[in-house]
Amino acid sequence: MNLTAENLSAIRGEQTIFSNVSFSLKSGDLLLVTGTNGSGKSTLLRVIAGLLHTFSGKIELSGDDQPIQHQCHYLGHQNVLKPTMSVEENLDFWRKYCGSPDDEIEIALEKVGLAGVQDIPAGYLSAGQKRRIAIARLLVTKRTLWLVDEPTAALDAKSEKMFADILQTHLEKGGIAIAATHQPLGIKTAQKLDMDAHQADFPLEKGEFL
Amino acid sequence: MMALFLRELKLSASVGGGILTGVLFFLAIVAVMPFAIGPDLKLLARIGPAVLWTGALLASLLGLDRLFQQEREDGSLDILLMQDIPPALLVFIKALAHWIANGLPLVLAVPVFGLILNMSPIGIGASMLTLAVGTPAITFIGAVGAAVTVSLPRGGLLLSILILPLTVPILIFGVTAIYGAVEDPAPFLPPFLILCALTLFFSVLGSLAAGWVLKQSTD
Amino acid sequence: MNETTTKRKSIWDYANPTRFLALADRLIPVLGILTAFCFAYGLYLGFTAPEDYQQGSTVLIMFIHVPAAWVAMMCYGVMTMSAIGTLVWRHPLADISLRAAAAIGASFTFLALLTGSLWGKPMWGTYWVWDARLTSFLVLFIIYLGIIALAKAIEEPTMAARSLAIVTLIGSINIPIIKFSVDWWNTLHQPASVSRFAKPAMDVVFLYPLLLMALGYSLCFFTLHLMNMRNEILKRRIRTMKMGAARMAERA
Repeated sequence: MNLTAENLSAIRGEQTIFSNVSFSLKSGDLLLVTGTNGSGKSTLLRVIAGLLHTFSGKIELSGDDQPIQHQCHYLGHQNVLKPTMSVEENLDFWRKYCGSPDDEIEIALEKVGLAGVQDIPAGYLSAGQKRRIAIARLLVTKRTLWLVDEPTAALDAKSEKMFADILQTHLEKGGIAIAATHQPLGIKTAQKLDMDAHQADFPLEKGEFL
Repeated sequence: MMALFLRELKLSASVGGGILTGVLFFLAIVAVMPFAIGPDLKLLARIGPAVLWTGALLASLLGLDRLFQQEREDGSLDILLMQDIPPALLVFIKALAHWIANGLPLVLAVPVFGLILNMSPIGIGASMLTLAVGTPAITFIGAVGAAVTVSLPRGGLLLSILILPLTVPILIFGVTAIYGAVEDPAPFLPPFLILCALTLFFSVLGSLAAGWVLKQSTD
Repeated sequence: MNETTTKRKSIWDYANPTRFLALADRLIPVLGILTAFCFAYGLYLGFTAPEDYQQGSTVLIMFIHVPAAWVAMMCYGVMTMSAIGTLVWRHPLADISLRAAAAIGASFTFLALLTGSLWGKPMWGTYWVWDARLTSFLVLFIIYLGIIALAKAIEEPTMAARSLAIVTLIGSINIPIIKFSVDWWNTLHQPASVSRFAKPAMDVVFLYPLLLMALGYSLCFFTLHLMNMRNEILKRRIRTMKMGAARMAERA
């Protein structure tokens, strides 16, 4: 499977966030998106996830007719957990709702180093633990493309390593991943995309008024 | 699909879900009315259907603002919308579950409230029937309001202002049907059937509109 | 060291939940048996009492209805004291007592309303009239339910404690005002449908079973209150254990 993007530009409000972003990824590839704050890392991920409609350019996931958003996992800044439901209820819902089940919930929790928390309400967990449950969500259903936005936020060094391992396994199984992060994640084959190089000029700098 | 429905019910039943709050609000409205009107049983019996419908209308607006807002705040809305399920269906299921958790208890509470308003058994039965058929329409119209105000910090108030005028026809036909059942010359069936039609119509229109708005709201 | 062990027993000793639980475990069966006895004997006396010349056999409802109303008000008194305990002394059990009492108080109020309207049907010809007494009880019922809803809405018990106490206190200050204004509202309108009958001095054949039932109801309230407090303490322990389990998962 190949993911190709050509000349992507995104507009939010009246502002062009980035322009002319192109890349091509094949099975097993990881794209690390870096850049300063506000350079459009999150926006790029949302464009690929089909959540931002005001963009131009072309994104294509070859090998399947379905739209990209049905084949990808999106891990944003939030952890998509309901605090009053138990960890198992939370994961079980996403597993059923997203279809194509992969790992059992217990196994997924073991992989993120949280075996035995199934019955605890998600609201009782610490920030780092919640983030790891959010990562476990990627494991309980099978999706080719992972879009992860600052996946290791709130994680300690040990858990960061754990996420790197999970990501490595996903890539080895033929998955594709795009990560907006400053952590190198220890994966050497990763392609890099620096968003700072794709900044559009601010209109006011050109002397235009909106 | 079923998973989403069950999750919604589970969330409404959990802490802060507010099933009790809705019925309590309804009770408070119904109980406060006679203080303003006076304890005249005959008068209360006559305006009973109107009091019940107004109370139920206001009570079913409660909590509607949280229908999508909570999902948006914890990021779930993005993931819910990204899947292979049409947004309109997503809205339909959420609104239906919301009605079962918040609207149905109101209907079930009507016999008690009807009794303290001195309504006749036929009037109480007709009230339950019209409310059971009519309040889902309020929820479906409300879903559109909830979708429009999803990203607004004070969405709840704005939602009520947006939605109340749109629910006027439901109120009219609901109350008319009850009077039709109680008082002889007026017919019950025509307004009741129009009420059914309104609910069916808004369950489609509301879901489609709210689904479309939600899809755009992720920008 | 020795001083603390020989210290006089006070209410603060039972601030320790474990000690309170031990006490509750001992008290509950005793209170339960006493309650059952009072109910059995009171109902026996009540049902064998002669029929009232005015109300006939419906007077029997009085033995269920009147004590329920008394206990419903007493329960609010207990909650008010608990609220003061929370706010002034920060007694850890005060909040638990308040929470535990709310649902019981609501139940007794509901029982009073229910039996009242069942009594009203033969007396007034309708289940409900907006009589001052019934109406102020309806308001009390709504206050109880509001407190329960608030207790349920705030998940963190320690955060909820103070808000609950304040609301309960405001309610207790407000209840006499509500009672007064409802009385005034009612006499202002003078509904024609309510037939008030003059209250004759109560005969001892009614008074004894009534007092016995009132005692039974009070004992029943305290039994249920202790049981509910025990449940509340155990519920909080489960919560603490779950939070502990979340932390333990890290070390595993």
